Amino acid sequence: MPGEKVDDWLKRKKAASVAKEEKVIDRRQRVMPREQPPEERIKNFDEVSHTYTDDEAKREAQRCLKCKTPMCIEGCPVGIDIPKFVTEIAGGRTQEAARTIKERNSLPAICGRVCPQESQCEKLCILGMKWRPLSIGRLERYAADMQQDERVEPQPPNGHKVAVIGSGPAGLTAAGELAKMGYKVVIYEALHTAGGVLAYGIPEFRLPKDIVAKEVAYVRSLGVEIRLNQIVGKTVTIDELLEQYDAVFIGSGAGLPNFLGIPGENLNGVYSANEYLTRVNLMKAYKFPEYDTPIKRGKTVAVVGGGNVAMDAARTARRLGARVYLIYRRGEEEMPARREEIEHAREEGIEFKLLMNPVRVIGDDQGWVRGIECVTMELSEPDESGRARPVPVKGSETVLDVDTVIIAIGNSPNPLLAKTTQGLKLNRHGALEVDGYTFMTSKEGVFAGGDAVSGSATVISAMGQAKEAAKAIDEYVKSKAGK
Amino acid sequence: MDTQLHRIVSKSRIASFTTQLVVEAPDVARKARAGQFVIVRAAEHGERIPLTIADYDRERGTITMVIQPVGRSTGLICSMCESDSLLDVAGPLGNPTEPVEGGTVVCIGGGIGIAPIYPIAREMKALGNRVITIIGARSADYLFWEDKLGAVSDEVHIATDDGSKGIKGFVTMPLQDLLKSGARIDRVIAIGPLIMMKNVANTTRPFGVKTIVSLNTVMVDGTGMCGSCRVSVAGQTKFSCVDGPEFDAHDVNFDELLARGRIYSLEEGAAREAYEHMKDGEPLCLARK
Ligand SMILES: Cc1cc2nc3c(=O)[nH]c(=O)nc-3n(C[C@H](O)[C@H](O)[C@H](O)COP(=O)(O)OP(=O)(O)OC[C@H]3O[C@@H](n4cnc5c(N)ncnc54)[C@H](O)[C@@H]3O)c2cc1C
Ligand SMILES: Cc1cc2nc3c(=O)[nH]c(=O)nc-3n(C[C@H](O)[C@H](O)[C@H](O)COP(=O)(O)OP(=O)(O)OC[C@H]3O[C@@H](n4cnc5c(N)ncnc54)[C@H](O)[C@@H]3O)c2cc1C
Ligand code: SF4
Ligand code: SF4
Ligand code: FES
Repeated sequence: MPGEKVDDWLKRKKAASVAKEEKVIDRRQRVMPREQPPEERIKNFDEVSHTYTDDEAKREAQRCLKCKTPMCIEGCPVGIDIPKFVTEIAGGRTQEAARTIKERNSLPAICGRVCPQESQCEKLCILGMKWRPLSIGRLERYAADMQQDERVEPQPPNGHKVAVIGSGPAGLTAAGELAKMGYKVVIYEALHTAGGVLAYGIPEFRLPKDIVAKEVAYVRSLGVEIRLNQIVGKTVTIDELLEQYDAVFIGSGAGLPNFLGIPGENLNGVYSANEYLTRVNLMKAYKFPEYDTPIKRGKTVAVVGGGNVAMDAARTARRLGARVYLIYRRGEEEMPARREEIEHAREEGIEFKLLMNPVRVIGDDQGWVRGIECVTMELSEPDESGRARPVPVKGSETVLDVDTVIIAIGNSPNPLLAKTTQGLKLNRHGALEVDGYTFMTSKEGVFAGGDAVSGSATVISAMGQAKEAAKAIDEYVKSKAGK
Repeated sequence: MDTQLHRIVSKSRIASFTTQLVVEAPDVARKARAGQFVIVRAAEHGERIPLTIADYDRERGTITMVIQPVGRSTGLICSMCESDSLLDVAGPLGNPTEPVEGGTVVCIGGGIGIAPIYPIAREMKALGNRVITIIGARSADYLFWEDKLGAVSDEVHIATDDGSKGIKGFVTMPLQDLLKSGARIDRVIAIGPLIMMKNVANTTRPFGVKTIVSLNTVMVDGTGMCGSCRVSVAGQTKFSCVDGPEFDAHDVNFDELLARGRIYSLEEGAAREAYEHMKDGEPLCLARK
């Protein structure tokens, strides 16, 4: 404007640009990544949702209010500085964002994909009070996927050695943390592939196996040695490991499948979800006969359960061409699975049979499954877990005609280590007993974390525990060496 | 990868349709005991299959396996050559055979079961037992290790279906005679085809002799993680890889097991057709010999 003072001009300019920015940032709408359409994706095992594009990530990141006291961080079990990394993404500084995340979480590409965000970081995000919370998980995944290979300077060795049992999230995290402190770490893994549930349980379409391999390679690049096909308790015992190492960390998970204990459960065509998923994910049975491991491709499959494991089994069966029922004894609200998984399962045509409980698997004269008998359930007063307790309705028996049944009602810790180790105590749920602060088990020098301690939980909680345990191991080894 | 390679040190055909492999697996050899097995994955696309540790040499760090090429995976392993390597060998898995001391033990091996019965007979002998061994097969061509077994047994009986060696009939016949003779028998241990083990169980039941069988169920991991190996023993579900593979024969539900053994018969047919190294049911490199 002619005759305007410079100061006024500057003010006006600034106000305009703020207004412009405000207009561009629409905080009401979440930016959603592209997804494979349901009718396409049930024909393949490729990942369902894509990583954000740069533009999508920036737009979503800009929704963050950069709260002074960010509640989101409280919700993250490992305390990632969420507003910091989100601001870095918004400013196009993706590599910095990835480093910020890695300060707290060494497996971000995995957590961004599989964390139950709606009950953790995103549950507490302030945006969620009015609109949908910031898509923190998807942004974390974006930063991790965009990160270029980082070079890690090998730590000068501190002269101490630690053995880690299991290469799931707990084992990988403990190993990584200890290696960063200068320990020589050797992981002993029972299977022929590292990654634990990430490798054998969670399907390719939710967590591509190259991503797991990349994270495992990162842990190796820190100097960690991974010895595969080593079943601790069989190939080597914990007592033998204690002779060679200063401490032992147990991250053996909760791999023992529970069955219902109903008649007909040993008929042909009844699988544990673990077996079903292991055949498909670890052994690549979906590529049979290119790969040698077979799997029964049922025509009609009943999956029993309502957690992530059940969703994974149901969606896997769908991809193998089956019509799939999901039988769960409570309502959809009570399902422990991630919301996104439930939504995806519905979109893919999984038929939910809620408030139903199987009472018997029915076989034909050849010993093959031909149906599953269920009763309808009614919700009554809440039980000790605070969830409404389902009780059977008399005379409500119905039979679903199915040729395959997959039991996905949870896993317990494998008793093998406790059985083969003197002085390793279990609690009444079959999990390892540990000291709440030091994560030391009842055996000196032996620490534990993850599902082996908590029972089936989450990737991030296993990592959180492993990190604490790694610190405790460091203190223990140093104090013992100091004596 | 930090996996050790498992070089095939020697390979030989010890009977019709039966290959013996000696493989480098020092970690397994160090710990192996009679009655245990390994899980083998031959190559990248391969299946994980259980195979018994038929012998081991702790000094040389090798284990011996005896294999019948019945399908794709066993066929592939049998078609590998000396100095080739198996990709994965994990073990020793399962519980070792429960020891018996200073008694009389009857060890029965049928068909491929002759191999796993050998280390058991040897151990039972070393524990001061009188060892009576009964081995059986379709015909004389399928028998092996008679000399090895002879060296660790006080008596060896042979039975063949066609009578080409030993008595004509099943291993249960000499067993029946022994039981009837009234001799004291503390333990019978039988390994072989399911139907054989079922018949052994039926033979000893009326005499109340404790009988152990080693169950060859379908397995995937071998560590208690999948449940594919489950069996009903005394009305309870057990995982044969971690609770077994040896169980009290009188408690085993054999009929359920016979049905479970057929789970993948359709798929196995497809796999065999896709498996180009097989000819007339034998791997090419063996058929050529
Ligand atoms: C199908 C499925 C889907 C899931 N989905 C989700 C999800 O979406 N989000 C989420 O947060 N969580 C999910 N979970 C749970 C999550 O995967 C686990 O909580 C987590 O993997 C636990 O980590 P961990 O390291 O304690 O054990 P695991 O991942 O179980 O790893 C244990 C490792 O130890 C090895 N091991 C065991 N015993 C021995 C031994 N004696 N010697 C040597 N090695 C041994 C095992 O082979 C395995 O590799 C899912 C679980 C399953 C099964
Ligand atoms: C503890 C244990 C120890 C074993 N030890 C030996 C051994 O020392 N030598 C040996 O040759 N085999 C042994 N087996 C059997 C061996 O694992 C199977 O023969 C093998 O898995 C078949 O795989 P495949 O792909 O070659 O045949 P497939 O194509 O899978 O099957 C071919 C035929 O074999 C039958 N079959 C499949 N799996 C088994 C099984 N687990 N047991 C019996 N029959 C089966 C099928 O019904 C089919 O008729 C053992 C099994 C167990 C559980
Ligand atoms: S690690 Fe999990 S809980 Fe923490 S910020 Fe990432 S997605 Fe959220
Ligand atoms: S609570 Fe939500 S809006 Fe606030 S800083 Fe965290 S992510 Fe951003
Ligand atoms: S083989 Fe998987 S539990 Fe026994």
